[in-house]
Amino acid sequence: MDKQTDWLYTDKVKDHFIHPRNLLMDESKYEADGRGVIGNIKCGDEMVVVIKVDKEKGVITDLKWKTYGCASAIASTSVLSELAIGKTLDQAYKLSSHDIALALDGLPEHKIHCSVLGDKALRAAIDDYYTRQGMTDKVKEEKEHVICQCLGITDAEIESAVLEGARNYYQLQERTKIGTVCGKCKDKSVELLEAYKKKYFKDS
Amino acid sequence: MKQERKRKIYLDHNATTPLHPEVKKALIAAMEVFGNPSSLHQFGREARKLVEEARGKVASFINASPEEIIFVGSGSEANNTVINLFSCQGFHSCDIPGLCVQKKEIITTKIEHPCVLESAACLKEKGAEVCYVGVDQYGKINLAELKSSLSEHTGLVSVMTANNEIGTIQDIKKVSNLVHAAGGLLHTDAVQAVGKIPIDVKSLEADYLSFSAHKIYGPKGIGALYIRKGAPFCQFIRGGHQEKGRRAGTENTLGIVGLGKAIEMRKKEMADEFMRLEGFKKRLKEGIQKNISDIRFNGHPTEGLPGTLNVSLSGAEGEAMLLYLDMEGIAVSTGSACASGSLDPSHVLMATGIPQEQAHGSIRMSMGRDTKEKDIDYVIDKLTQVVKRVRKISSVSTEVKHG
Repeated sequence: MDKQTDWLYTDKVKDHFIHPRNLLMDESKYEADGRGVIGNIKCGDEMVVVIKVDKEKGVITDLKWKTYGCASAIASTSVLSELAIGKTLDQAYKLSSHDIALALDGLPEHKIHCSVLGDKALRAAIDDYYTRQGMTDKVKEEKEHVICQCLGITDAEIESAVLEGARNYYQLQERTKIGTVCGKCKDKSVELLEAYKKKYFKDS
Repeated sequence: MKQERKRKIYLDHNATTPLHPEVKKALIAAMEVFGNPSSLHQFGREARKLVEEARGKVASFINASPEEIIFVGSGSEANNTVINLFSCQGFHSCDIPGLCVQKKEIITTKIEHPCVLESAACLKEKGAEVCYVGVDQYGKINLAELKSSLSEHTGLVSVMTANNEIGTIQDIKKVSNLVHAAGGLLHTDAVQAVGKIPIDVKSLEADYLSFSAHKIYGPKGIGALYIRKGAPFCQFIRGGHQEKGRRAGTENTLGIVGLGKAIEMRKKEMADEFMRLEGFKKRLKEGIQKNISDIRFNGHPTEGLPGTLNVSLSGAEGEAMLLYLDMEGIAVSTGSACASGSLDPSHVLMATGIPQEQAHGSIRMSMGRDTKEKDIDYVIDKLTQVVKRVRKISSVSTEVKHG
């Protein structure tokens, strides 16, 4: 390849963008044990994650994905597939957007929001697997409600952000990136923010 | 294949253009002239001569007189200058005391460049009434809405001549007739129009008109503002007598020479280039139509800038397409949020009423004087491959049709 001037992204991002790993080619032929979809193309990002699980060991044996989104969204899902395969369901459930960004040697500041979708799509797929297996006690996300449709941020995440110190909408956005895409969830999230503040910190 | 990869095809002329070789020559020659045009000695006079020669060329190109042209730092500065005429509260001894106090209403459109929109938004915070007129699906301003928005309180109406993203050209003469009938002043941001389509300030009946050099093969950092003789004006940059007291700061002689030369070359080349780029656009459009399904062209089908083609490709995100095309040596731009640094897709595309996902999946190709016919076929070929590739990765299932 030509020697090109500096790319916006790291070499890792570029590599995963040019050579996406574990891409889902034909979903109709893929027998998934769990499937998760997160995001919304209206907001510019949408991801589909399907997994196969070794039911004895509780290990993810395969993960395939598809992403509508920019280079960092594509690379994020691609690297996520490498991170998740071989992990136990519990381990995989704990993968965070931070882990994804680290595995890509970092993402530009304004692109972090693109990486917060992959791990959510994976958790949605794992929850779907639990649901299909009748292990509904294991499903965590179902108890939560998605508030920010664009980034799939739930009320539980707003709650923990408040517990971690977010006191206003700006701080909440800093922690969760909520409402940084279409912004339509602002009223609802401010309402929840105030409610959680009241619940935990009566004085504030 | 390897040789093909080394091709570089620049299709982002609406962002900026390479220097015209003649402009480059003129700049190199002018570098020797260092005098301050305001100085009375021979060094100053030499620089003054260059500045005034350029002013003459620029003025005659748009059918203005030289004293109606001031040089500014950019198209953005020109636009800010005009909008800010209405920011002063008439407190001090300006040339047009009270203009903004009597006429507090400003009308613009939803598809203007951010330098107009944000200047207007700033005035709004200072207490002015600002109204944003909408456009139709092709990006043409809604004249009925404009007419009903006009009143005796309307001070200024700012409507761009041609849009940078979708290329749609407005009927500025119709706009100015409406505005003048209501007693307002008309400004047009003609940054994308001057040097690409014929512009005559007299026939447009514009009161103010902005443009810049780097969109027409001139250097960056230099623009011009036409101020109709007799139109109210007040300095934006203060503290100097330059430009007849209308814009402080030592003249950018080099930039001015570059703008003058760029305009001179436009005069020679514009008409032929117009025809050539119209042909290329047609070829590109037809090629895309033939090879790629689920697409939609944005902008006006006939009243658009030559060489500007904006297309939305369903199921394919803009930044991903841009970066894959970049690897093939093709430079385009996108209306996708992801590429802009902001998180919203193009306000221009959204104003035309297209769905958000189509705005995220848009790319703009803007051709110019260095674009070759064989480039077009290469671009069609590579774009087809890139769209296939992006759609294959995409979770939005249009790719089935493209196998």
